[in-house]
Amino acid sequence: MKLDSMYQDVILDHYKNPHGRGLRDGDAEVHHVNPTCGDEITLRVRLDGDTIEDVSYEGQGCSISQASASVLNELLVGKELAEARRIQETFLHLMQSKGKAEPDDAMEEVLEDAIAFAGVSKYPARVKCALLSWMAWKDATAQALGETAGGKTA
Amino acid sequence: MTQLPGLLDTEAIRKDFPILDRVVHDGKKLVYLDNAATSQKPRQVLDVLNDYYERSNANVHRGVHMLAEEATELYEGARDKVAAFINAPSRDEVIFTKNASESLNLVANMLGWADEPYRVDQDTEIVITEMEHHSNIVPWQLLSQRTGAKLKWFGLTEDGRLDLSEIEQVITEKTKVVSFVLVSNILGTVNPVEAIVRRAQDVGALVVIDASQAAPHMLLDVQALQADFVAFTGHKMCGPTGIGVLWGRQELLEDLPPFLGGGEMIETVSMHSSTYAPAPHKFEAGTPPIAQAVGLGAAVDYLTAIGMDNITRHEHALTHYAVGRLLEVPDLRIIGPTTAEERGATISFTLGDIHPHDVGQVLDEQGIAVRVGHHCARPVCLRYGIPATTRASFYLYSTPAEVDALVEGLEHVRNFFG
Repeated sequence: MKLDSMYQDVILDHYKNPHGRGLRDGDAEVHHVNPTCGDEITLRVRLDGDTIEDVSYEGQGCSISQASASVLNELLVGKELAEARRIQETFLHLMQSKGKAEPDDAMEEVLEDAIAFAGVSKYPARVKCALLSWMAWKDATAQALGETAGGKTA
Repeated sequence: MTQLPGLLDTEAIRKDFPILDRVVHDGKKLVYLDNAATSQKPRQVLDVLNDYYERSNANVHRGVHMLAEEATELYEGARDKVAAFINAPSRDEVIFTKNASESLNLVANMLGWADEPYRVDQDTEIVITEMEHHSNIVPWQLLSQRTGAKLKWFGLTEDGRLDLSEIEQVITEKTKVVSFVLVSNILGTVNPVEAIVRRAQDVGALVVIDASQAAPHMLLDVQALQADFVAFTGHKMCGPTGIGVLWGRQELLEDLPPFLGGGEMIETVSMHSSTYAPAPHKFEAGTPPIAQAVGLGAAVDYLTAIGMDNITRHEHALTHYAVGRLLEVPDLRIIGPTTAEERGATISFTLGDIHPHDVGQVLDEQGIAVRVGHHCARPVCLRYGIPATTRASFYLYSTPAEVDALVEGLEHVRNFFG
């Protein structure tokens, strides 16, 4: 069944057993919503210099949006900001590929579990679900660094 | 096949809707259960649209050439058809808009700019309900913010009905306008018009009814409703998109000021000032959606030939069957009335902890089209403490077999995420 390409086991695992869920102390907090469907996330970022010390979150939504937040937490916590941005940009590129990006070893090395979302990019209505937490993270990080007033909707 | 009393001959009706023969996702038969979002269009409407563009296309109300006269006749003929369809006392009370949202915004703006006795200002109140579509919330929020009028609303009961227990505190002497939905687009509830209208009339408030989910499914008689304005849209009732209707009582349309200015709505124009054409043209600035109005006229003909009472009976039987079958699905909770009484053929539900997005996606893979989300009625989701619902909505061509397909599809969803 084609759906299996979207609902990879990795995604369902993250959905059922999310990593790092719950709100903890942070340097900035944002709340993003997906207005077309009501997915919501509140996300906090805590930085230690250039290192991401924690990304904590609380939200509600579909398996794709919730699993994506879990994968984000697993991937980004402990990373340097430059590396995290590279992961975020690679993930964004994959999700905007409309199913045309061919995930290769190099991409898989950067994205790890997030590569499982490749199939989601074929479903335009669901791309926003997958990107919700990543856009929230980008916004929260910018705020933590004092780059923007932020608080926008994805 | 399941036989229910009151069903229409769907086998014959479905032949009028070519799209219902579509197969999707590698050979799955389309099961279209998203009629509250938009209905499909019968060949009779598509043919009229095509004929209009192929034979009669011209701008209306101007020019003396033959096509212009034909186009005008077709456009104004559609107004006659709609007027008859809703039992309007006069055809001049039927204003064409682009959709129900525009119709409701038009009323809100008429009242915002009106003189006494209609004027909405800081000493007055506006009343809506918690089950409104965003299109009957936001225009009133805007009016409230711009005028200082207080916005109030009726809450909902646990079983998805309006809580009218404090109607005398909600609708008061200060109330200038009461605007409410006749049939909820998310709960399916059919609201008790008479009780609300009676109270509104007692305090001299105007009544606006959003009939978007009623006009496609039941006999709509604006005189029996006793409202002052009734809004609905064409595309949910077999017509094209881009055409809506606002019906208003003639004396109100004469008294209230125009909202959009432009061509068509004027009598004379000088550089200093203008005078306006009488209603309905006063409220139809610019070139109107001509083909769309003509298409709506054809939709009205189509529905009338089948009979609105017959459509209501069909949907009632189907709703009764669907509610019963859905309640057999483990962990399924209907958001809205759990019987077919005083409810339309729109059924929202949650399925355990499975998010409606995921429900809709797995159903889609089986060819079943439903709507998921908050259905532009987010306050209803907040009221019932849920992020979203899955919504199945039926129409005159829906069948018991499609209800069965939905129920089987939901079993599949449960297994997939189980």
